[in-house]
Amino acid sequence: MTLAATGQERAVAFRGATIVPITGPVIEDGVIVVRAGRIQSVGGPGTAIPGDAEVHDARGKLIMPGLIDTHSHVDIDGGADRSGPIQAGVRILDAINVRGSGMQQAQAGGITTANIMPGSGHLISGQTLYIKLRDANSVEQLMVTNRFGRIAGGLKMANGTNSRRDPPFPGTRAKSAALVREKFIAAREYRDKIERAGGNPEKMPARDLLLESLVEVLNRERVVHHHTHRHDDILTVLRLQREFGFRVVLQHVSEGWKVADEIAEANVPCSIILLDSPGGKLEARDVDWKTGGVLERAGVPTAFHTDDPVTDSRLFLRSAAFAVRAGMSRKAALEGLTLVPARMLDLEDRLGSLEVGKDADFIVLSGDPLSVYTKVLETWVEGVLVFDRNRDKDHLWATGGYGAGRPRAAQLCCFNEFEEDR
Amino acid sequence: MKIFKLDRESVRRGMWLALVMMVAFSETRELRAQLAIRAGVLHTMAGEPIPDGVVLVRGRTIEAVGKAGSLVIPEGYRVIRARVATPGLIDAHSAVGLSGMLNQSHDQEQLERSAPVQPELRAFDGYNARDPLIDWVRSLGVTTLHTGHAPGALVSGQTMIVKTHPANVDRAIVNPAAMIASTLGPGALAGEGGKSPGTVAKAVAMVRAELIKASEYARKRAGADPDKRPARDLKLEALTRVLDGTQPLLISVDRHQDILAALRVAAEFKLKVVLDGVADAVLVLEAIKASGFPVIVHPTMARASAQRENLSWETAARLKEAGIPFALQSSFEGYVPKTRVVLFEAAAAAANGLSFHDALASITIDAATLLGVAHRVGSLEVGKDADIALYDGDPFEYTSHCVGVVVSGVVTDQDPK
Repeated sequence: MTLAATGQERAVAFRGATIVPITGPVIEDGVIVVRAGRIQSVGGPGTAIPGDAEVHDARGKLIMPGLIDTHSHVDIDGGADRSGPIQAGVRILDAINVRGSGMQQAQAGGITTANIMPGSGHLISGQTLYIKLRDANSVEQLMVTNRFGRIAGGLKMANGTNSRRDPPFPGTRAKSAALVREKFIAAREYRDKIERAGGNPEKMPARDLLLESLVEVLNRERVVHHHTHRHDDILTVLRLQREFGFRVVLQHVSEGWKVADEIAEANVPCSIILLDSPGGKLEARDVDWKTGGVLERAGVPTAFHTDDPVTDSRLFLRSAAFAVRAGMSRKAALEGLTLVPARMLDLEDRLGSLEVGKDADFIVLSGDPLSVYTKVLETWVEGVLVFDRNRDKDHLWATGGYGAGRPRAAQLCCFNEFEEDR
Repeated sequence: MKIFKLDRESVRRGMWLALVMMVAFSETRELRAQLAIRAGVLHTMAGEPIPDGVVLVRGRTIEAVGKAGSLVIPEGYRVIRARVATPGLIDAHSAVGLSGMLNQSHDQEQLERSAPVQPELRAFDGYNARDPLIDWVRSLGVTTLHTGHAPGALVSGQTMIVKTHPANVDRAIVNPAAMIASTLGPGALAGEGGKSPGTVAKAVAMVRAELIKASEYARKRAGADPDKRPARDLKLEALTRVLDGTQPLLISVDRHQDILAALRVAAEFKLKVVLDGVADAVLVLEAIKASGFPVIVHPTMARASAQRENLSWETAARLKEAGIPFALQSSFEGYVPKTRVVLFEAAAAAANGLSFHDALASITIDAATLLGVAHRVGSLEVGKDADIALYDGDPFEYTSHCVGVVVSGVVTDQDPK
């Protein structure tokens, strides 16, 4: 991986660009310098460019932070199985195909960080994984370490109809909530037992992967990403959150516009999806493009997600644009693709804006981020160019075409991976 | 209608119908006032765009089109202004109206799985003109749908062309029997249990056998001796119309080998065909071009999965370059979102190699021509249906809004969407 080495050793500079740092005003004719995977400087035309830097002319282009997708299912091969509704011990990291085409398409869409989640067919379907969209051979190379020294990720939960099935799954909403409460109470008792053991191995309870994960949630170290659509289901999540004190991101919140004040009062952030049409399932009947604007006006931090394959990672910018179409401010929409989701993933000290010292995760666009005509030209992760629309192979991921659905076929039919990268 | 016999039951029904129609028309007469649309840019799709253009509407049709100033808006006309006006959009292939928004079994009429070949099924017998998805696509500018049974059966039924105004199907209909829908390739297989077609080759054999049967039926039905004519058979009757070209065969097909199989069958029976989907089109462009058949290309942003794994956002542009007539479609969606919107699919095509004009044409005049309804819809010309979509900016931009829709002279939508 020679490109990675370049990204780490030699400075890369862009000049002439419109820079959208997110945390400050837009810079015209701006300069950004990155080195060793971090942002070294960002500023106006006078910003110093190191002598050894590889300089890119970005006149007429726009540079903004890499996009952060708070809810994606790219290249996963199932999470929890059908044996039960609560499987918090299952990790999605054990089921990720790093050679899938989904990862390539996410890079083509300008996504540099994603929350890879198991599905919504369980009350608790497992541990999610926050990944950086590096070019990787193993899932370990995609991972991020969080501030507790553990693999960064959340916990996927769901309510409403997706997790309702034949026993042992719940048949009603009330039963769903009861099952979840039981487990969190068990996790509390498990945590208390560990505390009471005071380090004495004789008094320690047997290790329980499921409860261990829920203890991290109770300790507010692992964030719950809660699939929820209907207004009453949203309020149920807030009720559980009050009882157990966990940190939660409301995911989808199709009817969030109906209970925006309640969400704001609970001080809980939301991640929303914008679709070509409402419906497709009963709970999404009232999904509305206006949700982003309504939540913004209520003071709720709001991010976006693809839910790929429900929407396409290559069209992530479009979600923010549709929110603006229906009343969200442009500022909030761009933050909702970058800084707000960075906070949701507890990675705001590293991601979400173009500031000195942060990860060199950024995208080069051909124009306005919210225009249909704008193309993602380049995607950089930690100073490494992972997507370049000018490369034939990357163009294939960006637009589709013969072999694009099967990376192996794409490599055999059209490209020589090894020659190109060396 | 010839089959209308004057028995007591029919008279009673006829009176009811007359009453219903009177109520319906008295309602719409108010809404359908004389109307003037004044647009900063008027895309008539019958010539260059007109800056500061005016469309006069009288009743259901367009009375005049021209430039403000030279075309005077008569007294008493209600004036609606917008930055941009286009012809009402046409979705060249959809399942909206049959595939309902809620996605519950009671509103899913898009596929009958009891037999692989059922051309006798008519879309308008299953169309719900009040499904919310019709309101949804109309609120974004779609005024005409070519809709019907979804891909998934070898021969799934007869499609129809319908207006999206909120009415019952009989009043909205433009062509009740537009095409006969079929699917070739893995998407049309019966699946488990030894049912046919179990393979792609078997599917082709079955279609050929049915067409041969229909051709025999047609010959015998035309025989001189009425006693020797076979009894009427709705299925074979419908296939007869495919054989004589009255109704084109709409073949939903994606993989290159299946496209070639479709062309092989078409040549054998001298069929009039419309190719639909055609994800692999770029691999067999010359064969498609040589066939002379038009293409209703897959939605630009359709999911690239299964037989569509090779689809490209640039397919429409490649068809244009090759000189193959095409239109864009929303296709069928089984889950979320329950339908696509041709406005957005054309926008994505415009962002991926197609010019603005060609992209707009693919959901207006080119779609109308392909569907055989260009005498009524697809452009803003005198005498055509007054179907108009209004926008507050470039219709393709994500952040523009559709600010008004007129269907057959009726203003149906005015809230910005």
